[in-house]
Amino acid sequence: MIITLSDTNSATISSALLSARRSAGSPASGMVLTLIIVSDEDEYPAALDAAMAAGREHPSRILLVVTGDGRHSASLDAEVRIGEGTSGEVVVVRMRGPLTDHPASVIRPLLLPDSPVVVWWPGSVATTKIASTSLAELSNRRITDASASRQPRRELARRAEHLTPGDSDLAWTRLTPWRTLLAAALDQFPAHVTAATVEAERRNPSADLLAAWMEDRLRIPVRQTTSSGPGITAVRMTTAAGDIAITRPDGLLASYAVPGQPNRLVALKRRTTADLIAEELRRMDHDVVYEATLKAFLRRTADSRSANGSRRNAARSTVAASADGEVAEQTTAKRTAARKAPAKKTAAKKTAAKKTPAKQATTNKATTRKAPARKTAGTQTPAKKTAAKKTAKKTPKPPTGRKSAATKAVR
Amino acid sequence: MSQTTRPNPLRDPMDRRLPRIAGPCALVMFGVTGDLATKKLMPAIYDLANRGLLPPGFALVGFARRDWATEDFAEVVHNAVKAHARTPFREEVWKQLSEGIRFVAGELDDDAAFDRLNQTIQELDEARGTGGNHAFYLSIPPGLFPTVIGQLRSHGMSESTTSSWSRVVIEKPFGHDLKSAQELNDVVSVAFPSSSVFRIDHYLGKETVQNLLALRFANQLFEPVWNNNYVDHVQITMAEDIGIGGRAGYFDGIGAARDVIQNHLLQLLALTAMEEPTSFEARQLRAEKQKVLAAARPPKRLDLHTARGRYVAAWAGGEKVGGYLDEPRIPPDSTTETYAAIRVDIDNRRWAGVPFYLRTGKRMPRRVTEIALGFKQAPHLPFSKTDTAELGYNALVLRIQPDEGVTLRFGAKVPGTQMEIREVNMDFAYGGSFTESSPEAYERLILDVLLGDPPLFPQHEEVELSWQILDPILDYWASLGTPPDDYEAGTWGPASADEMLARDGFAWRRP
Repeated sequence: MIITLSDTNSATISSALLSARRSAGSPASGMVLTLIIVSDEDEYPAALDAAMAAGREHPSRILLVVTGDGRHSASLDAEVRIGEGTSGEVVVVRMRGPLTDHPASVIRPLLLPDSPVVVWWPGSVATTKIASTSLAELSNRRITDASASRQPRRELARRAEHLTPGDSDLAWTRLTPWRTLLAAALDQFPAHVTAATVEAERRNPSADLLAAWMEDRLRIPVRQTTSSGPGITAVRMTTAAGDIAITRPDGLLASYAVPGQPNRLVALKRRTTADLIAEELRRMDHDVVYEATLKAFLRRTADSRSANGSRRNAARSTVAASADGEVAEQTTAKRTAARKAPAKKTAAKKTAAKKTPAKQATTNKATTRKAPARKTAGTQTPAKKTAAKKTAKKTPKPPTGRKSAATKAVR
Repeated sequence: MSQTTRPNPLRDPMDRRLPRIAGPCALVMFGVTGDLATKKLMPAIYDLANRGLLPPGFALVGFARRDWATEDFAEVVHNAVKAHARTPFREEVWKQLSEGIRFVAGELDDDAAFDRLNQTIQELDEARGTGGNHAFYLSIPPGLFPTVIGQLRSHGMSESTTSSWSRVVIEKPFGHDLKSAQELNDVVSVAFPSSSVFRIDHYLGKETVQNLLALRFANQLFEPVWNNNYVDHVQITMAEDIGIGGRAGYFDGIGAARDVIQNHLLQLLALTAMEEPTSFEARQLRAEKQKVLAAARPPKRLDLHTARGRYVAAWAGGEKVGGYLDEPRIPPDSTTETYAAIRVDIDNRRWAGVPFYLRTGKRMPRRVTEIALGFKQAPHLPFSKTDTAELGYNALVLRIQPDEGVTLRFGAKVPGTQMEIREVNMDFAYGGSFTESSPEAYERLILDVLLGDPPLFPQHEEVELSWQILDPILDYWASLGTPPDDYEAGTWGPASADEMLARDGFAWRRP
């Protein structure tokens, strides 16, 4: 049953929900959570598909918030869907005009009583947008997807700096089968790991998190290398007896090698978004391991930055900044320092980042990033510049990462 | 699993996302051609692999009296998986699984065949890195257990060492009375220590049964009323809408009480009635179950508080079905019951005076398993008699299958000017509230076997205690020498069962 309501309000939507459920014959409701999905008009069809998939798996009240053009006069349209191939309720809420800045006012009356609220940003709608932050405040759990961002690493760093309990990212969820297998490998072969490498396609935030997690848990530096993908293609842990290696060249079937044991195959399929969301919704508490991993990720970033920094200082003192890249980095570094103080009051970094085309070279970075920042300045955001900065310059591993850092930064 | 001398740095107790994966091991299956193996076990193994819970290097070895090559067996597994697996079929998962499939052909009493089996699993230890960890799943009639276990022992496959394990999995029935259960245990325990024997009662692998523990011990709401101050009787029902089907050879002479009450229903009773275990460690859980089973006893008057029945031809669910005696290969003088209802009393402080009624039957109107706690009437009703005419008793119903969930029945006012109170249901549906489709019971149980995690498996003490409760009733029925009471197929059992409850002032719930 689909009930379309135009120019409506929350109370009307509520009663439409109630009457739709009654006429469907099941007034008792076993829904355990409210899932808010944030999208915009462009991404709406994909978001609706995702919502329907999520609704089939999880009987919940799904509120699909679509923020439209802010220039119209304020209006609210809604579409209540019950029994349309989902076991829960799906409400599409479309906002326009000044209302787009106040979605929480619409959503608050529609939340299920006493049960958890989860916000999910499936696409690239910025979590820093005013609409998003007000919704985030309503929620217990926030699910983002750094890989949907144009600059996943910067996005991750920003998340790391503003982590609040209940945050998680699908880039992290995607790692569970890898982490499970790696942990099982060390269960079976409990050797001391002396070095580790994560090999993945470029701009894969999951790989960054995996490396950070391993570095945090194993207490050794973890190297990152690039491959043509898909996703993470290999993880190697070096032990005295040889390498523990899990390689997955095709995104489906991995080969699993442990020293002294035959190579074996293990299914390691890249999972669908519905599977990922299923895993996310399984737990409503704070993921402390994710938090620790993000901290490790920031440390990795900071390490590589300070490594770069000292080299830059050296370069400055000798006035021997010959390479273009070096000059560029030097300037960026200075700028970072200069910007550090006012950073807090600055703009919607992420939105900005989204709208900016992918960087071509390190040299443009400072400027390109700055321009949109200025444009959106004042809109509101907790984002700190420095976060983005750090990510951009992040090096996989201090001793060996110099070259790859440059590549990465260029992206 | 291999012995870890130092903690695995990648494991963190706070990391709730990482599931436990069994260590590398081989599962050797006897009786691979049976229904259970193809409909439940093989699909469950695939589903485990699909969920990423089987270790890389897991091996599955089939043993049967068939002239098959490994490819033929792989084909059987493939078909079974395609037809019955819960999760979608994926080629890469199958690839992982099929790499480790082997088949050994032979008779159960053939030494040469067991030599080949031993050789096969040793090769697997090399080729797949299963490291000497073997589980033997005996999906065969219990009469053959001694042969197989003797063979495993004499071929040196039953020993566990410090770095490897050897486990045996057996299915019900665990004997047909106390004596035979003890004999069976003697046979098994010669070769395998009791910690390596896994008795599968697939009911205990069901999510809702485990939820019973969560409901009781994770909530403040229910435990205060979970005793004889508030509960006045408990009904545990397991009904099947099918007849005995192809199981005639097995079922005749066994009967519903041995088939279902001894294991499933008494286990459900134990979980419902036991005290809170100090932890969910297997040992503690068993201790509590054993205590309550030891306190449970059959009724004093076996003639008044037991009932048995046998279905006769009738229309059931829109189909004309034959009676029990019409089933193929059932002797006309059979006295086997297809319906059994008994009362069990538990002599302890919590439950003294609360009768537990257990019933099971074939050819009932529908397939249902549930535990229903009936509560006492409120001590005083400040309403007139007519107001509460339609008010029964409050009930808490745990629906085990199908439609898993919990129902609470209580009185509510009927809208209108008069004060009129009628019963209403408050429902919690498992499928409606949880994100994941529940895994099959066998998935959970097979994984627990491979992990060596025993809380859900009854040990021989529990089995023997159950027989102690049931034996007097079975002896009494045998002493009567008369056939059980008739009931029409497609109804809720014989009139004698209704009378049995009416004597105590209760009536069976219609599940």
